[in-house]
Amino acid sequence: MSVSRLWSAVAGAGLALMIAAPAGAAPVKQITGAGSTFAYPLYSAWADHYAKRTGIELNYQSIGSGGGIRQIEARTVDFGATDAPLTAKQLKQHGLVQFPTAMGGVIPTINVPGIKPGQLALNGRVLADIFLGKITKWDAPAIKKLNPGLHLPDLRITVVHRSDGSGTTFIFTDYLAKVSPEWKSTVGFGKAVNWPSSGNVGGKGNEGVAAYVQRIRGAIGYNEYAYVLQNHMNYADMINRDGRRVAPTAGNFAAAAANADWKHAPGYYLLLTDQPGAKSWPITGATFVLVPARPAHPDNIKTVLKFFHWGFTKGKRIAESLDYIPMPHSVVRMIENTWHQEIKYHGHSLWK
Amino acid sequence: MSGSERLTLALTGIAKLRRGRRIDVLFRWMTEVFAWAVLLVLGAIVIELLRDSWPAFSRFGFGFFTSSAWNPVTDDYGAASSILGTLVTSFIAILLAVPISFGIALFLTELAPLWLRRPVGIAVELLAGIPSIIYGIWGLFIFAPWFADNVQIKLTDYLGGLPVVGTLFQGPPIGLGWAVAGLVLTIMIIPFIAAVMRDVFELVPTTLKESAYALGSTRWEVIRHIVLPYTSVGVIGGIMLGLGRALGETMAVTFVVGNAHDVHASLFMPGNTIASTIANEFTEATSLPHRSALIALGLILFVITFIVLALAKLLLMRLERAQGQKA
Repeated sequence: MSVSRLWSAVAGAGLALMIAAPAGAAPVKQITGAGSTFAYPLYSAWADHYAKRTGIELNYQSIGSGGGIRQIEARTVDFGATDAPLTAKQLKQHGLVQFPTAMGGVIPTINVPGIKPGQLALNGRVLADIFLGKITKWDAPAIKKLNPGLHLPDLRITVVHRSDGSGTTFIFTDYLAKVSPEWKSTVGFGKAVNWPSSGNVGGKGNEGVAAYVQRIRGAIGYNEYAYVLQNHMNYADMINRDGRRVAPTAGNFAAAAANADWKHAPGYYLLLTDQPGAKSWPITGATFVLVPARPAHPDNIKTVLKFFHWGFTKGKRIAESLDYIPMPHSVVRMIENTWHQEIKYHGHSLWK
Repeated sequence: MSGSERLTLALTGIAKLRRGRRIDVLFRWMTEVFAWAVLLVLGAIVIELLRDSWPAFSRFGFGFFTSSAWNPVTDDYGAASSILGTLVTSFIAILLAVPISFGIALFLTELAPLWLRRPVGIAVELLAGIPSIIYGIWGLFIFAPWFADNVQIKLTDYLGGLPVVGTLFQGPPIGLGWAVAGLVLTIMIIPFIAAVMRDVFELVPTTLKESAYALGSTRWEVIRHIVLPYTSVGVIGGIMLGLGRALGETMAVTFVVGNAHDVHASLFMPGNTIASTIANEFTEATSLPHRSALIALGLILFVITFIVLALAKLLLMRLERAQGQKA
C-alpha cells in the first residue's frame, strides 16, 4: 500500500517535472508536507482520493510533530503538521498560520486480569496519582471507591508511557496537569516529560506502548482512540468534569469538541482536555497544520488550502471511517475565514 | 625497417610510457583525495558535534555528566542515566559474547569435522547479516517475556535477597531493562566476534601447530601458547568490532531496554542508553537545550568509542612489545 503510494508519488513528481519544465509556470501537480504521525493515516487517505479526482499528489512524510515544525520553519515543505499547537507568539515569530484539521481522543489502556474493556472507571485525580506513582496497586482504596462491585486484584501497577516525544503525550499530560495540581507542579505537560513513577516503562510509538501494555500484567498506558479500536485493546472509562462516567466513543469526543471555544483561541491554540458537558470525553485533542502567512510559492499554498478545503467538506466520511472526528462545520467556516484574512501574497488574499 | 620507421615506433613507445605515467599520477592523486576525504569528514563531524552541543555544555557545565535529570518540560538535562546504561549493557554483552565466540571459533577451526565447518561458518556469517530491528522485535515479543517468566523471577527469588549484590536482581518481572538489552546485544555481536576470530585462527601456519603437537603439547596448550599469541592482534580487533557495535546499537536496544531515564543499581529495571535516547527523542526535540543535549549525548558516545579504540590500540602495542622482549 505505502510502497505503491510512494511509487505513485515519485511518478507524479516525475510527471510534474516533465510538464513543468517547458511551460514554466505550469499548475501545481504536487504539494509537500511533513510532521504528525497521528494525522498520517488521515492525510494519506485524503491524498489518495484527492489525487484520483484532481491529479494533484501529496507527498507527506510522517516524521513526527517536532520534525514537521522544524521543516515548515525552514520552509522546506509546503505545510507542517503538529499535534501540539504552537502558541500565537511562536506563530508570529516564524510567520505561520495554524489551523486544526481533525480531532481524536486519548484512552487509558489497561491490562488487569479479570477486567473487560470498559468495566473499569477512573477519574482524572486517580489517573494522575497512578502516573505519579502514588497509587501502586490495582486494589487501592481510591480505585475501589470508583468501582464498587468490581473485583480488583492485588497486583502491582506498571506505568507505560511513550518514550518518543509525541502529540499523544502532550494531550495526555495536559489533561493530568489540568486535573491534578501536584502533576502540574512536579511534572508539567509537554510532548515528553520526566515520568515520576519508579519502574515505569517507555514504549516507542503507539505500537510500542500497546505491546508493553498487552504484555505486562497490571500495566496502564495511554493510546490514541483509532489504535485502541483497531487493535481491540482493553481500556478504562473516564469520569469527566461533570462527574459523569463516559466511554471512549466518537460521539463523546465530538461532544468535547462541540463545547470548545475556538473563537476566543488565538491561532486556534486550544486543547480540548477536561471540557465541560455531560457527554464530553475528557482527554480529547486536535491535530494542526501550519502554513506560511507570506508564502514564497503562492501557487503551492493555494493548492494546500484547496486540499484541506476538500478534506473538510468531501473528506468527512473518510475521516470518520478511520476513527478521526472531523471538524464541525462552524469551525471550518472560521478556519477558512482565517485563511482569507491572514494568508497573503503581495497584499492579496490567497483564499477568496 | 627503415630508420624513420624505427624512430616513430620508439616515439609511440615513449608516448605510451608517458601516458601510463600520467595515469599513474592521476590514480595516485585520486586515492590520496579519497583518503583525505575520510579525515575531512571525520573532522567535520567532530566540529559539527562540538558546535551544536556547546549550548548544552555551557548551560549545564560538568553537571551534565553526573545529573540524572531528564526533563523536557523544564529543559533540564543530564547524561548520567544514558551513559550508565550504554556502559552496563555493552559490558554485559562483551562479558558473555567473548567466551562464547571464542568457543565457536575454536570449534570451527580446530575441533569440528571438516564437513561441518563450512555450513556452521556460513550460518554464523548469516547471523551477522540480520538487521538489528529483527533482533529488537524478537527481543520484545519472544525473548523478554520468556526471560521474565523463566529466568528473572528465579534470579530475583534466589539472589534478590542477598546483601549488596541483591539489588542487582530486584525489579518488576516485565523483562525490560539492562539485562535483556545486554543479552540481546550479546546475541547480536557474537557473529561478528566469532567470524573475525575464526578467520584469524585459520591464518596460523599449520607447521607451527604441528610442531607443537609433535613436541607433545596438548590441544589446549597449542591453543594457549601457539594460536592465541599468533592471533592476539586479530582477536582483540574482533572484540573491539563487537564492542563498537554494542555501544552504538540503537533499534534493538530501544525495543527492550525500557526507555526510562533512571539511574539505579538493578539489572532488571528499565533504563536507557545514549543511542536509544537519541533515537527516541530527536524527531520531537524542538527546544534548543533539548536538541543540544541530544547532540551532546552523541558527542559523548563518539568520545566513549574513541577511548575504547585508543585503549585497544594501547593494549596491542604493549602486547607487541612484550612479545618482542620474549623473542
